[in-house]
Parts: sequence; structure tokens; C-alpha cells
Amino acid sequence: MPYANFCLICRGTACESSKADVLYDEIKQYVAANNLSEQVQVLRTGCFGFCEQGPIVKVLPDEAFYVQVKPEDAEELVTEHLLKGRPVERLIYREPGVHALGNIDQISFYQKQFRIALRNCGFIDPENIEEYIAREGYVALERVLFEISPDDVLKELETSGLRGRGGGGYPTWRKWKHTKEAVADQKYVVMNADEGDPGAYMDRSLLEGDPHSVLEAMAIAGYTTGADTGFVYVRAEYPLAIKRLRTAIAQAEEYGVLGDNILGSGFSFTIEIRLGAGAFVCGEETALLLSIQGERGTPVQRPPYPAVKGLWGKPTVINNVETFASIPVILTKGGAWFAKVGTETSKGTKVFALTGKVRNTGLIEVPMGITLRDVVYSIGGGIPGDKKFKAVQSGGPSGGMISSENLDTEIDYETLTALGSMMGSGGLIVMDEDDSMVDVARFYLDFTVEESCGKCVPCRVGGRQILHLLQKIADGKGTTEDIDRIEEIGKTMKASSLCGLGKTAASPALSAIRYFRQEFIDAIPADAKEDAV
Amino acid sequence: MSVAIENRAELSKELAAFVEEWRNKPGNLIMVLHKIQEEYGYVPEPVAREVARRLRVPEAQVFGVLTFYNFFNLEPPGKHRIAVCMGTACYLKGGGSILEDLSEYLNVPINGVTADKQFSLQAVRCIGCCGLAPAVLIDGEVVGKLTKEKMRETLKKYRENTQEALVTSQAL
Repeated sequence: MPYANFCLICRGTACESSKADVLYDEIKQYVAANNLSEQVQVLRTGCFGFCEQGPIVKVLPDEAFYVQVKPEDAEELVTEHLLKGRPVERLIYREPGVHALGNIDQISFYQKQFRIALRNCGFIDPENIEEYIAREGYVALERVLFEISPDDVLKELETSGLRGRGGGGYPTWRKWKHTKEAVADQKYVVMNADEGDPGAYMDRSLLEGDPHSVLEAMAIAGYTTGADTGFVYVRAEYPLAIKRLRTAIAQAEEYGVLGDNILGSGFSFTIEIRLGAGAFVCGEETALLLSIQGERGTPVQRPPYPAVKGLWGKPTVINNVETFASIPVILTKGGAWFAKVGTETSKGTKVFALTGKVRNTGLIEVPMGITLRDVVYSIGGGIPGDKKFKAVQSGGPSGGMISSENLDTEIDYETLTALGSMMGSGGLIVMDEDDSMVDVARFYLDFTVEESCGKCVPCRVGGRQILHLLQKIADGKGTTEDIDRIEEIGKTMKASSLCGLGKTAASPALSAIRYFRQEFIDAIPADAKEDAV
Repeated sequence: MSVAIENRAELSKELAAFVEEWRNKPGNLIMVLHKIQEEYGYVPEPVAREVARRLRVPEAQVFGVLTFYNFFNLEPPGKHRIAVCMGTACYLKGGGSILEDLSEYLNVPINGVTADKQFSLQAVRCIGCCGLAPAVLIDGEVVGKLTKEKMRETLKKYRENTQEALVTSQAL
């Protein structure tokens, strides 16, 4: 008999740390105790995104959206809603004009979102491959293996306009093409899951919520480019993501969609996990590859790019988690479908971790081209405590501050770069009037100085100098000359550093000065000001 | 020329088996170091030396890697490990003052271990629970939406448990 009700419980890290694991056990227990196991399926899912309100429980088909559910609520939820069909009003999410029963899509947090990469997060049990398969999982891989050629895959990716979601924005199809065309006895596929950006957890949520989608995409990349081995490079700090990846790999091998002779096609592809060890610079691709090789992760001059000369000197496709997660659905629905979403230069959607001084913190996926105002006010619900909005920081330690006058800019790779920030991997941190821009700039520089590998001089010395000057200004001992000097050093670092970390390390300071110069000047004692503008 | 072999440790059976399993896989060093840390809570020098020998990797490379990556500890941690998140969201919401308060309350420097070896206090990069900012990991468990008071309250529990254990062990 099919189930009458489905009870979905978010088991992402944020909800789990609010005892969603205990809640899950309690609900299962009460379901069994009330003889409902035949009628109700209790599911452990990935992140719903609305982390602010966690733990979240969704009951289908009634579409009841329960928030901040505690283990103590389990009994009432089961006996009232699942047994007697009476939703537990006090736990249902409410906001002005919305009572989230039967109308989850009306919740303002979800209204302007469009989920492609996160399509399965919060819908399926990430530890059960059959649920992924039920949502068209591994259909793209099958299509690639039996129906279309590697060139067709490249063509479809080109049509989709998909660009690297790790922040760089390089067209994915072109990366794959370089590796495909490179002649070598061995090639590799690598997934960059070394999400070191402070204030960002997109990749982790994806790995925890839908690990099979990225494994499927890696196998597709392998077939397309001629690689038979893949490595997932994932932060050791993400134990739940690692566990779910391991489970997913084992299940995929058991079902014949990974490993030897996939689906009888003759194509073999294995995936291994390698753990990062807490070095931000390893998000840079050449450093990451050295780390997989078991060495210190110091970047290497490019070109040659990894696509041609990567892991152990062999051609290597390296993509970010979110990029991979978008690929299976592009190949089932078509590149043109994906390209309908987004702006002229940036197609599709982007996942952001919306955090900081905003009412609804959480994980969101929005179409490229959405305005920051929509993100902060419509989805994020504005600034708590009647405070004034001050800035959004995007791109983490490599990005910059975006001020209120640019709230209506449509975000894509190009517009964010023009504003002195960058797309980055997807951290969006909202700051209010209480946050000092001098202090925030100092915070980021402190981070990059500590994470600089020290290989090239501009980054090693320049970063330290900027940090020193920012500290001086923060301590009220700065001069106007110091502000100019920060800009000068920052420009030098940008022009001459070896890798992306150094090239962008000054961005938080430069953009803070660009939009909030007055705040820096105000921090300078009166007797040290000379003709300040 | 003979080289003095000193200060190397015996490996546990499990660790020796793990090293053997990974010995011929390229890029094994970091994975093996993770395993050591998993077993001991840190990477003891003599163990690292023994692993270097078994993997046929120069000790310089082993210690080069160990000191490059923040995740590896060369000193034993306290019984309870407190990691205060210093990701941007936590920092903006007061993670810094929680860290300072903890340091004062426990009388331990940041990234140090208390004299009684009960607590080690670390400042760490984003733990990815930005929705729960400011957040702290205690023995791997996330405690979120913290205030200084709530933090001290949480620690009391650990303290009491520890003292109870002490009393019991002394009574035995």
C-alpha cells in the first residue's frame, strides 16, 4: 500500500545541531507506537535552506511547514497530525499574510528562489540512492553513456552557458574541452569541495543533501573527457558531508552506476575521497591538486592550466560542487532550458549562504540577475531590530563590500566584479549600521594574512602591511596617508600576486575604502588629517 | 654511515594496517596523518616519524605538511575541545567577545590548553552554521545562538561532569 503521509525532517548540519537527529528518532518511535509505519514514511532529508527557523519538518501531501520543532513536540505532531489529521497549529510557520499550511510556496523566503542545484535538497533522503533515482537520478549519465556523444555533452553545456560556480566563472564546457582534447595516458576529474570561505556553506549543504548529483556529474565529466578516476577534495571539518559521500559512493557502486563497467557500457569510473586539512589557499586549484598529492598546498604559476597539466602532471577537470550539481539536470532538461534563466552573460542560478544581520538567514538559490534588494529584503526579510542596512559582503575574503546605493544592481559575474567585489563561491553577509567597515576590512585581512602560503612576496608582505595599517586606523592612530597607502599596496597585490588568493586579498579593504571612505577618515584623529576629502 | 634511529613510536595494529593499506597509493600522506590525529587527538612526533619511515617519505616532508595545515595539532588537546567559530557571520554577531570571555573564564590563552588539561580553546574558521551564529563547537557538537552567559552556563555542565568523574575516581 502506498504511504498516505510523508514526514520530511531536515537533517542538515544546522538543524541537526538543534537536535533534529533526536527529533527524527522520536518521530519514528511515535509513528511505530501508533501503528502508523504502513501509512507514514518518515524521511531524513538534506537542507531546506531556511536555517533560521530550524529544525524544520514538512508533512506531505498536506504541505504543513513546521518550524523550530523540538524533540518534545514529536508526540503531539504524530498523534495529532499524522494520526488524527489535525495539523499542530502552534508549530506552523507564520509570517504576515502567510500561514504555511498548503501553501509553502507562498512563504516569502522561498518566493523568489529557483532551485536547480538544490533541486533535491530537502526532498530526498541523501543516504538512499533509490530516492535520488526516483527523481531522475543517473538518467543523465545513462543518456551520456548510450545516447549522445562526448561532443554532444560539450555542446549542451555550451548552450547552457554554465560557468564555474566556485567564483571564477570560467565556462565549464571549455574547461572540459581542453581536457578532452589533451592527449594523455591518464586523466582525472576533481571536485573542489574545500569550502574555506568564512560565512559560506553552500557546498556542504549540497553534499549533505544530495551527494549523488555531484557523483553522477563527475562520472559524466569522466566519460566526456576520457578520465577513469575522480577525486573529491573535501574539508575535514565537514564530517557529515564526508559520511554521506562515502555512503553514496558505496551505494552507487553497488547499483552499478559507479565503478567497473558502468551500466554495462564498458566505461569505468571510480571516485575516491581526499580530505583537506584546513588551508584556505587549497581552494585555489593548483594548490588543491598538490594537496591531493599529499604535499603542502602552495599554488603554482599558470599556465599550464590543470585542464592540460594537473594532478600528477595529467590533464585534470576540476570543478566546484555547485557546478557539478547543476550538470545532470542540464543534460536531462537541455542546455536551452537552463539558459532561459539568468542574464546575458551569466546563465542559470546561484546558491548563496545568506547570513549576518538579516532576519531569515539560510541557504538560498536564486536566478542570476536578481537584485540584492530582493535578496536582502524579500527573501531575507530585511534587517532585524529596526537597524539600517549598511552593506552586503559577497565573495568572502576575495570579495568586497556592496553599499546601499547598489542594492538594485542585478547580480551576475560581471556586475559584481564591476562593483569591486566578486561572485565568489556564494557567501552573502549582510551588515547593519553597527558594523564598522574598518573593523570588517581588518577581519578579512587578518584572515588572508594568516592563510597566505607565503610563496610570493606581494601577498606575503603586502597583506601584512595592509593589515598593519588597518589595525593602526582601527586603533585611532592612523593618518590619511595610510588610507592612500592601503590602496597603493592593494593595487600592487592585485597586479602581481601569484594566485587568486593574493590577487584578491586586498579587495575587502579596497572596496570598504571605495564605498565608506568617510568612515576611515572619521577614524583618524583630527591632528593627523591633512586635507581629507 | 649509520643513522641513529630514535624517538620513533610503535604503531597500533589498526594504524599499522591503515598505513599498509595506503602505502602504495599516491598522495597518501595527508590521509595517513588524518588517521593518526583521529586516533590520538593530535599527531605525536614519534608516530609521525615512524609513519615517515613506513611510507618512505622524508621526515622533512611529513613535518612540512603537518605545519602547513591548520587542522593538524602537534600538541595534545584538552579533554574537552572548544572551538569558537570565527567565520564572518559569527564574528559580526559577537563571536570575538565570546572567545575573549572564554579565555578569561577558563584562564587559558587562545589556542591553548587549561592547566588541568580539561579544556582546550581554539579559534576556528567557519564551521558552516552561520544560521546559528555565533556558534561554538564543543567536542564536535554545535552550540549556537550564543551569549556569554549561555556559553558559561554550557561549560558548567562539562565542568560538573568532570568534577564528578574526578570525585568518583578518587573515591575508587
